[in-house]
Amino acid sequence: MHPIIFIVFLPLLAAIVAGLGGRVIGKTASKVVTTGSLFVGALLSWPIFLSYVAGSAEPTVVPVLEFIKSGALDVDWALRVDTLTAVMLVVVTTVSSLVHLYSWGYMEEDPSQPRFFAYLSLFSFAMLMLVTADSLVQMFFGWEGVGLASYLLIGFWYHKPSANAAALKAFVVNRVGDFGFSLGIFGTFLVFGTVSIPAILAASPGMAGSSIGFAGLRVDTMTLLCLLLFVGACGKSAQLGLHTWLPDAMEGPTPVSALIHAATMVTAGVFMVCRLSPMFETSGTAMTVVTYVGAATAIFAATVGTVQNDIKRVIAYSTCSQLGYMFFAAGVGAYGAAMFHLFTHAFFKALLFLGAGSVIHAMHHEQDMRYYGALRKEIPITFWTMIAGTLAITGVGLFGVGFAGYHSKDAIIESAFASGTVHGTVAYWLGVFAALLTSFYSWRLIFLTFYGKPRWAGSEHIQHAVHHVHEDAGEIASDHDSAQDHGAATVEGTAGYHPHESPWVILVPLILLSLGAVFAGFLFNHSFIQPEGGPEFWRGSVAFSEHLAHAMHEVPAWVKWSPFAVMLIGLGIAYRNYIVKPDAPAAFVAMFPHLHRFLMHKWYFDELYDVIFVRPAMVLGRFFWKRGDEQIIDRFGPHGAAYAVGVGNRITARLQSGYVYSYALVMLLGLIGAATWVFWWIQ
Amino acid sequence: MIGLTHYLAVAAILFTLGVLGIFLNRRNIILMLMAIELILLAVNINLVAFSAFLGDLVGQVFAMFVLTVAAAEAAIGLAILVIFFRRRGSIAVDDVNRMRG
Repeated sequence: MHPIIFIVFLPLLAAIVAGLGGRVIGKTASKVVTTGSLFVGALLSWPIFLSYVAGSAEPTVVPVLEFIKSGALDVDWALRVDTLTAVMLVVVTTVSSLVHLYSWGYMEEDPSQPRFFAYLSLFSFAMLMLVTADSLVQMFFGWEGVGLASYLLIGFWYHKPSANAAALKAFVVNRVGDFGFSLGIFGTFLVFGTVSIPAILAASPGMAGSSIGFAGLRVDTMTLLCLLLFVGACGKSAQLGLHTWLPDAMEGPTPVSALIHAATMVTAGVFMVCRLSPMFETSGTAMTVVTYVGAATAIFAATVGTVQNDIKRVIAYSTCSQLGYMFFAAGVGAYGAAMFHLFTHAFFKALLFLGAGSVIHAMHHEQDMRYYGALRKEIPITFWTMIAGTLAITGVGLFGVGFAGYHSKDAIIESAFASGTVHGTVAYWLGVFAALLTSFYSWRLIFLTFYGKPRWAGSEHIQHAVHHVHEDAGEIASDHDSAQDHGAATVEGTAGYHPHESPWVILVPLILLSLGAVFAGFLFNHSFIQPEGGPEFWRGSVAFSEHLAHAMHEVPAWVKWSPFAVMLIGLGIAYRNYIVKPDAPAAFVAMFPHLHRFLMHKWYFDELYDVIFVRPAMVLGRFFWKRGDEQIIDRFGPHGAAYAVGVGNRITARLQSGYVYSYALVMLLGLIGAATWVFWWIQ
Repeated sequence: MIGLTHYLAVAAILFTLGVLGIFLNRRNIILMLMAIELILLAVNINLVAFSAFLGDLVGQVFAMFVLTVAAAEAAIGLAILVIFFRRRGSIAVDDVNRMRG
């Protein structure tokens, strides 16, 4: 049997065992089963990937089961293994197995660990189904599967109302995207008569230029299909407009944020666009839309990331922004660069999240960076791995040698410029500006967390940890509230608290991921994006453009240097504001209060959606509830019927007088009636 | 000549008297039992009349059965009545409504 069978189905098996049998086999056995299945998957995936890097593997399709056969619709469960899948396999299994291991330490004190590990494995299975899909329907299966697992994991701490709200929000916003995706699949079936991805990709060029009726208009067939599918990608990958669920998803446990909301699931949209790249290539309009949406997301999320105080939210917006990079790379046709950034980003973003988790662990569940500071000496291993992740995301590197992000992000920025189109140039400038912001907020995170003086005394969590008693809770809460306002004086001092470095099960994944963050870019640069190695590596699994890969190397020197320069500028601003003059941010906020408020409210997207969608939906819902349900359906339905029965009862109860003779009379009358009927009508 | 019709008419009159005795009687249960006896007697007259008219003895045999059963029923009814009186201190029909729903 092909190893892909084991890679995909072992996590499912483990999820079933741990999820249904967790009570029986206990938490340690559940953890061993789930973690083991993912490590086996990772060990089997790397050889597959490396054989593609070496150029010695051929794409294969492994059939599993028949799925749907109905008229022209013919869908089978089949696992497709080609270069694109191999890249995703490595990403998913590696990050997932390390996150499983990390969770041993991070979720140590949680009472429902078997459930947590079962969800994690279920997610991994769904994601693997998604990336190995041979048909759009199977991809949709995985797509919904990861959505479900994401919902379950965001709401894992179901006793927290905020976690439930975030889980619901993620689910509902993703439904919007999925609606577009399913329309795209229906449309594709309508146009091509099949949902098999290779068949669709082969037939796509022939369909270019044809038109189709949609919502009463004649539109270009391929543009319509691509845009519908792209709506799905936007939902899953949190692109501008459908991004609102991602920051809220940070309510879930940190390992979940690392695995699902940074490294794997949110990249499903990018993966889909790359998988269907020959289809997108046939529609210039769709490509332009992808570019603009990606670039806009990159810049939007980066600006919001600069003002966040919650360490996980900074990284969440950073994820959103980096996904924007991947999309505009795909939009300008640099699919290799998009996938390369996806690959490297998975390592360094998972690293940053897990590192943040380690910090949160050390700081007794405090997530607000304003209460951190001076943690460099206290948790040195976490510090150094976080530094590796930050160097990777900000793209530090010179003359072709650098951290992971240097290779992938610079390739994207250069490709955008090299594409030569108007939207490519726009994307280039937005990308460079986003890189400046990326550098700023990444270093801001590091400086606030690890440098300066300790500001732990102001934290409610730390207070609790130190005193172990619930002191005057009201006073602490009011302190906390006033500190919400940016620029409020923070309390310096350690409050007698001693942060502790995390256990080795947390540190080992950090160290392994930092290896990825340091070397992944340099090692696989040649295969993913270079004009010499790319075609050999991709072998048609994405629409790799050799022309663009060549052009990327021929951009002017200032274009090549621009990402590095803005990275230094961002670092400089962060250094000045958070190390040299710690009161500078407050002064800046005082100078531009409107800008700051605009960013703090995340460009007012949530407020806008609240007014446009949420409130009208609530009003409509209330109308149907009060007027439709209670006053019409209930009134004339169940409640009315119950009332009628009650009235009838009272009337008939009066007949039950208890006098034998009246019963006898009724019996006699009945008898006479029956006899009359028999003699009158029968004869 | 007294024919079948006359017997049937007497039986019908007795039957009606019996039924009215049950429904209109408000005083005591003994009267009700007697009314039931009347109804049974009306039935017996019918049975015997038809038996004679059709020349079939089965009807008269059946009448004997009915008499027997009626006697037994009256005995049981009276026995119940005695116990009922001991418990309730009254046998007025209007007091007997414990089956009221």
